[in-house]
Amino acid sequence: MKPAVRIVDLHKSFGANEVLKGVSMEVEPGKTVAVMGGSGSGKSVLIKHVVQLLLPDSGEVWYGDKRMDLLRGKELDDQRLTIGYLFQGGALFDSMSVAENFDFVLDRHTSLTLAERKDRIEELLTWVELEEKFNASPADLSGGQRKRIALARGIALDPKLMLFDEPTTGLDPVSVRLVSDLIVRLRDELDMTSIVITHDLLCAEIAADHVNFLFEGLILESGTLDEVQRSDKPELRNFFGG
Amino acid sequence: MSLRLTIRPTDRRESIAQFLDKVGDFGRFVASFFRDGFRRPWEVRELLRQMDEVGTRSFLLTGVTGLAIGAVLAMQSRGTLIQFGAEAMLPNMLALSIIKEIGPVLTALVLAGRLGAGIGAEIGSMRVTEQIDAIEVMALRPLNYLVVTRVLACVIMFPVLTVWTDALGLFGGYLESALSSQIDPRLYLDTAFTSIRFSDVLADTMKTAIFGGIVGMVSCYLGFRVRGGTRAVGQAAMQSVVASSVLIILADLFVVRLSLLLFGDIAS
Repeated sequence: MKPAVRIVDLHKSFGANEVLKGVSMEVEPGKTVAVMGGSGSGKSVLIKHVVQLLLPDSGEVWYGDKRMDLLRGKELDDQRLTIGYLFQGGALFDSMSVAENFDFVLDRHTSLTLAERKDRIEELLTWVELEEKFNASPADLSGGQRKRIALARGIALDPKLMLFDEPTTGLDPVSVRLVSDLIVRLRDELDMTSIVITHDLLCAEIAADHVNFLFEGLILESGTLDEVQRSDKPELRNFFGG
Repeated sequence: MSLRLTIRPTDRRESIAQFLDKVGDFGRFVASFFRDGFRRPWEVRELLRQMDEVGTRSFLLTGVTGLAIGAVLAMQSRGTLIQFGAEAMLPNMLALSIIKEIGPVLTALVLAGRLGAGIGAEIGSMRVTEQIDAIEVMALRPLNYLVVTRVLACVIMFPVLTVWTDALGLFGGYLESALSSQIDPRLYLDTAFTSIRFSDVLADTMKTAIFGGIVGMVSCYLGFRVRGGTRAVGQAAMQSVVASSVLIILADLFVVRLSLLLFGDIAS
């Protein structure tokens, strides 16, 4: 089967700091792939290349049959509209209410009427079990609620691919389960492909079909979580506390 | 045991290179504003919201400033004018100084303080919390939504607020004059506008549109380029005020010289 996302020999440096040193990986359609690794291993930098928030120094980023790193203008916009992104802190617009955060996207990218947009927002909020937060301000939400609402905003336009940048960082175990279960539901109910950047073992355990372990800018190990955990490489044993 | 500190001498060339780098980067930012900023989708609702933010919420601040400056200017000038037997010229002098220079520059500087810090901090914090990246990932243009709307709001509202400050300044001058010498309001107005031409009022008021553009552009740029955390946001806010204020004063020099060349001196 043709991969949904294919990254080939990706290199990225910031000044003298070489963050990615030739990362290659593939994500099959409908699967959830976790990219694990410690802080500063280049996980977030890697995922940002998939939506061209960063451009590589060299290497290729394929999404379907398009090279994301080469797209410009409308072509890039069209591809981005099929990708949802959950940022580390949620990135909800704090000058708007929760509903306005959704409407910001829906109003600009759909031809739905006001009433239809309201229905869609309620549907999305119900999906993440936070329908009562329709008029709330992002400042009044807990960390877990913020992530769930940002996730719902990310899927507002029915994307085919969802990117998660540390979706469970800073959350209590109950919220980690809630968010991780939502990632699983995206795959099972909506047949969505996902890349999850995480260093949270519980999140990977619940959500990931496949794990890539990133260390100092290179994929050190790849396989199921169990296979990666059983690796005898010292970096992995150190990470998983084995 | 004594601790010896080695302090690296400041590399002046490095600082100059960094400064020139920033100037070049700002130039590119301005160029992208004109090249890419005026494309669909038009963010009309956000523009109106920003005009409200810039305008409505600044009326009190600029109004009080104008009123106080007009009254103080009248108080300070009366003594000197009396010495030369020219007290009757007070309204005229007030109108000239307020409309031609004090009103526009003071309004712009007060607004640079209020808006420069606000815009720099708001966009800076949107940068560090990845809200700007989120707009980009949604296939929207942060430049259109955040920058164009704020810069245009400043360009449109600065002249409006300047007219307001000028009016309040003249009113403050009248209040002081009425209390000191019971001047008739019609006589005050007639004297005030005897030697002011419409072209002066227009040119001196409209120059604040340039000042508005400076405040909007500089603050958005510094906010956009924030890297790091909350400390960087604070620095962006502070730098926005300082850079905007300095550039307003320099631009004023240039614009006054240009308007003298185009419209001539009031005495000519």
